[in-house]
Amino acid sequence: MSFMQVTESLTAGFLENCKLFTLTLLMALPLGLLVAAGSMTRFRPIRWLSRMFVWVIRSTPLMLQLFVVLYAPGLLFGTPMKSRMTAALLAFVINYAAYFSEIYRGGIEGIPQGQYEAGQVLGLTRMQIFWKIIFMQVIKRILPPMSNEVLTLVKDTSLARVIAISELLMSAERFAGKGLIWPLFFTGIYFLLFCGGLTLLFSYIEKKLDYYKG
Amino acid sequence: MSILEVKNINKTFGKTEVLKGIDFTIQKGEVLVILGSSGSGKTTLLRSLNFLETPEQGQIYLNDSLLADFADSAKMSDEQIREKRLHFGLVFQSFHLFPQYSVLENLTLAMKIHRDAKRKNKDILAQIDAEAMMLLDRVGLAEKRDAYPFQLSGGQQQRVAIARALALKPDILCFDEPTSALDPELTGEVLKVIRELKDSETTMIIVTHEMHFARHVADKILFMADGVVEEEGTAEQIFESPQSEKLKNFLSKIYD
Repeated sequence: MSFMQVTESLTAGFLENCKLFTLTLLMALPLGLLVAAGSMTRFRPIRWLSRMFVWVIRSTPLMLQLFVVLYAPGLLFGTPMKSRMTAALLAFVINYAAYFSEIYRGGIEGIPQGQYEAGQVLGLTRMQIFWKIIFMQVIKRILPPMSNEVLTLVKDTSLARVIAISELLMSAERFAGKGLIWPLFFTGIYFLLFCGGLTLLFSYIEKKLDYYKG
Repeated sequence: MSILEVKNINKTFGKTEVLKGIDFTIQKGEVLVILGSSGSGKTTLLRSLNFLETPEQGQIYLNDSLLADFADSAKMSDEQIREKRLHFGLVFQSFHLFPQYSVLENLTLAMKIHRDAKRKNKDILAQIDAEAMMLLDRVGLAEKRDAYPFQLSGGQQQRVAIARALALKPDILCFDEPTSALDPELTGEVLKVIRELKDSETTMIIVTHEMHFARHVADKILFMADGVVEEEGTAEQIFESPQSEKLKNFLSKIYD
């Protein structure tokens, strides 16, 4: 087994991780904001429901959630999940939306009340105040915890192998099964490079937002 | 004809009655100063006028027509409240400038939204910028147009906040202890701006602890204590011949 062959196979696996990572981010980031809005609303049933959701998701293993999303629709409603990738994506989006929502909530609740009131006395609507005044300040505040969570997501995508997604670690394990151990260690390089790129991206955004304080 | 008439404002927080039937009027171009020890309800009154608090009772008349009857406040839609609010401007004790926007953008943000100026409307945008620059010039900060709030001193930030409140051309400009968060050497520049506004006939309601300033700028003073207007009069009446015990007490504490 040549180095090239191993690399090719691992790269194919890693593309699955990348796909899962990107789609999860794209969907969980807005969904998390929605859940955060739910946990902060004055309307009690919605607030209760949102907080319940966050509690359940954060209190159970992602691995278990993957199994539940894959098998529950078939067992409960007789409509099995058509693709394993869809199941994995669904589980990841739900899981990460819960974590993101708490980061958003912390960021939003940390903005001084005076910022809202300044917007109110200028005759702005709640939506205008949120999007034009509050949101940018929230982004700046939540960037450090967000970057933590996003890096965790990169590595968590490997969990998808428990429902037989041929991602990077699974590809390496196949070689290990045939007695070839080094590809297993080699996967670390993929993660290091990918997370390294993300770290650079986050510090770039942080610098971009450094033009103001507060 | 009075520009503003406030009748029987009542506000409670939980079981505490903060405002117990406040009445007053102001004429156009007048400066009303509200004095009183902390907890007397001054700030709550100002916030009620700006619809940041909703009193249980009371009416506000603007130019002799009813602007708000708080007994019916449940019937006011958010949109109606926003519209009514625009008759008033409010300058906060701790400025509350928007940190991510430049000085100029702090002024123009709401102007652009209200006039629905999109990026392509170059003429309207230029017009708004020009108006905002005139206001910055008026508060002496034209050269700071591109600075961000954190780069300004407290006094400069408060002057920007005043310009921002003026940008929407309110009928009545309210100040909630505009110098209380400032170092003593910075209060002068803010008070000077307010004095200049008085000279240009801006109608203002000012809550302040600066007695010397109050005396010189006020056309009328309300002294509040325990949620009621304890005494009302010209600066001379209030400072030279106070009638109520509470006012005498208040003044003696300050001048001791």
